[in-house]
Amino acid sequence: MSEIVETAGREELILNMGPHHPSTHGVLRFVLHTDGEIMRLARPDIGYLHRGLEKLAEGQSYPGYLPFCDRVNYLEGIFCEQAYAMAVERLLKIEVPPRAEALRTITAELNRIANHHICLGCISMDIGAYTPFVYLLRERERINDLMEALCGNRLTYHYLRLGGVAHDADDAWLKNALAFVDKFERVIPEFESLIGKNEILVRRLAGVASICGADAVAYGLVGPNLRASGVDWDLRRDAPYSFYPRLSFEVPVGKGERGTVGDCYDRFLVRVEEMRQSCRLVRQAIEKLPAGDIRAKVPRVLKIPAGETYACVEGARGELGVYLVSDGSDKPYRLKWRTGSFAAMSIIETVSRGLMIADLVALIASLDVIAPETDR
Amino acid sequence: MRALAEYLAASWQLSPLGRELLSAGLILLTAIVVFAVALLIAALLTWLERRVAGRVQSRVGPNRVGPLGLLQWLADGLKMILKEDVVPAAADRPLFLLAPYPVMIGVFAAFATVPFSQLLIAADLDVGVLYLIAVTSLVVVGILMAGWGSNNKWSLLGGIRSAAQIVAYEVPAALALLSVVVMAGTLSLQSIVAAQGGWPWEWYLLRTPFGFVAFFIYFTAAVAEGNRTPFDLPEAESELVAGYNTEYSGIRFGGFFLGEFANIYLMSAIASALFFGGWQIPGVTPAEQVGSVWWQALGFLVFVAKAGVGCLVVILLRWTFPRLRVDQLTALCYRYLAPGAFLCLVGNALWIVLVPAGSLFERMVGYGMTAVAAALGLWFVLRMRRHMVSTGDRLDLDLFARGHTRAAFDPAWQARAYGRFRRRRPGEAS
Repeated sequence: MSEIVETAGREELILNMGPHHPSTHGVLRFVLHTDGEIMRLARPDIGYLHRGLEKLAEGQSYPGYLPFCDRVNYLEGIFCEQAYAMAVERLLKIEVPPRAEALRTITAELNRIANHHICLGCISMDIGAYTPFVYLLRERERINDLMEALCGNRLTYHYLRLGGVAHDADDAWLKNALAFVDKFERVIPEFESLIGKNEILVRRLAGVASICGADAVAYGLVGPNLRASGVDWDLRRDAPYSFYPRLSFEVPVGKGERGTVGDCYDRFLVRVEEMRQSCRLVRQAIEKLPAGDIRAKVPRVLKIPAGETYACVEGARGELGVYLVSDGSDKPYRLKWRTGSFAAMSIIETVSRGLMIADLVALIASLDVIAPETDR
Repeated sequence: MRALAEYLAASWQLSPLGRELLSAGLILLTAIVVFAVALLIAALLTWLERRVAGRVQSRVGPNRVGPLGLLQWLADGLKMILKEDVVPAAADRPLFLLAPYPVMIGVFAAFATVPFSQLLIAADLDVGVLYLIAVTSLVVVGILMAGWGSNNKWSLLGGIRSAAQIVAYEVPAALALLSVVVMAGTLSLQSIVAAQGGWPWEWYLLRTPFGFVAFFIYFTAAVAEGNRTPFDLPEAESELVAGYNTEYSGIRFGGFFLGEFANIYLMSAIASALFFGGWQIPGVTPAEQVGSVWWQALGFLVFVAKAGVGCLVVILLRWTFPRLRVDQLTALCYRYLAPGAFLCLVGNALWIVLVPAGSLFERMVGYGMTAVAAALGLWFVLRMRRHMVSTGDRLDLDLFARGHTRAAFDPAWQARAYGRFRRRRPGEAS
């Protein structure tokens, strides 16, 4: 912590934002050097939510670590499970049945919508509008209901299993999932007219904290943050996995709608558009849902041949990767998570120079940084 | 009040000293009554705000304490009184302890000149509007004291923001009020109300185009002065934690809180009196109103209803809009509102010189403005209706709803589906 203890320059005010602050989304601390409202520097200080999830893996059996994956990021549990399951399946060289892949895709896309609900809600809440957050939570509740009906859990799903998924979806569930998608596609325009095109919101976000494409790549930004900066990169399309090769969808890219490319408003719009695409994906996956098993044959006591692999999925915050080393025993030798929030956190210090305090809040929210995912 | 004092003094045959004491006692009594009324209004407004917020946000709001949660403010007040009044060790103690008082005095003292009805006014001052402007600016002193005295950087930022904001927005608010004063030719609130009429085209809002603009400028500026969203920067929760009242707890926080809500009513009441004809009843002249208790009661209700609608709009604004940034806030004031208010003032001044009072042209403008305002209202309603039809929502304005549940899916299916994962008791059939 010694490097964070700083001395102010003349005429500078050092402000501790967090660890307990309404808009730090979890427990996260920023050290701000401000000149009145203008910020000279904002340095993130992470680690308050470190739970040792990587080290914990070394003491767990391979299937036993799956429920821990949900806790890497509580807002995108399915993606974390899927990244880990894919890594193990790759080392084991087992094929996942197509029906299981389709179910993984359906739940993952529902999970993405639920995550973007929180993100967009937080953006509007952090710039002062509370009501959109409540409306989005209301819609998100339906996804939670669906997931609860499917696997019994509302947030930390533990739905995936090594080699497949835990529960099959019956026709009634699929019908309800379709009903949700139909309803939700009508909610998106409502959301846009409620807050997305609000002039105050646009002026608070457009042209604020722009990240150019080169910077975004240099800092390792992924997912919606990267695409908002104009870099057209999506693992679902560019490194296809699971059920995605059989589905068609578009990858939204930031165009600088009202300000510059890569500003907060672009990050906002890209996520709204991604929710639309996710609806498309869910509908297609349900229509093309193959019959068959939902789980491959996997031995009860898993010993994985020695080796190492890296598996990644396009999570709600972009590339979510697992680097897995096996020494031939029944427990991982080493496991490393690569998460989007960590990369996003690193760019805040650069981008925030010269912003106002109110802009920093918008920047943090629009990067969709989640403290538990950063710290693991 | 003076009449009552003279009447009592005469009937009791008091000495000059006795008269002085009597009038001092009466003033004290009036002050206590005004304070109590203002407190009650503020408390009821907190209920309204939370109830309306509930309806806006598709939830119920407080409904546990008393019927429909109407006594929630009593429970909250009790809680605030019982809570420990924490003073931070490093705080500037006298400033910190005294800060809520200027805020409350600034708001509650202004209630003295609110004309609730033709006779129901604590003090109909000759300089009423000036008094209002002067007294309400005391609020900023309290907020600055709180921001500085807390010895907390967030509070300090909130206090500074607030000072910049309130001082800035006093300019357009005062100029907008003066454009009405110019029309009425008096600063007394009762006289300004009496100079208008009951019908909409007799209000200062719709009598001239400048009055119409001046009202919106006043309303925006007053919302900003009251630190309400979209101008709630001094206590912006997501930026400054709680701004100037971060360190406050217990009843001292309650002081700020009640001051804020009393201020909402105050600004709505001023707007109602100056722009919307106050207690004037359509078709009844002030002279007819004086003699009748019933007309007085009706006038009181008319005034409260007009002010209530204003409060409702302020509350709805809070739950609808995001917040502006500091630079946008000051730019809005100095670039648009202040010059706009000045133009309104000049416009109204020219109007009374150029347009003869009671002329046909003046009446036609009044009717025309009323028609325009009605058309705007109708357009708003139709637009709302179109939005609701397109999204399949239903209109749900029932502020008195006891609560409603909204099943996302077929409840029977949901129960069946969740049942799969319910832990079964021993012996229960699976």
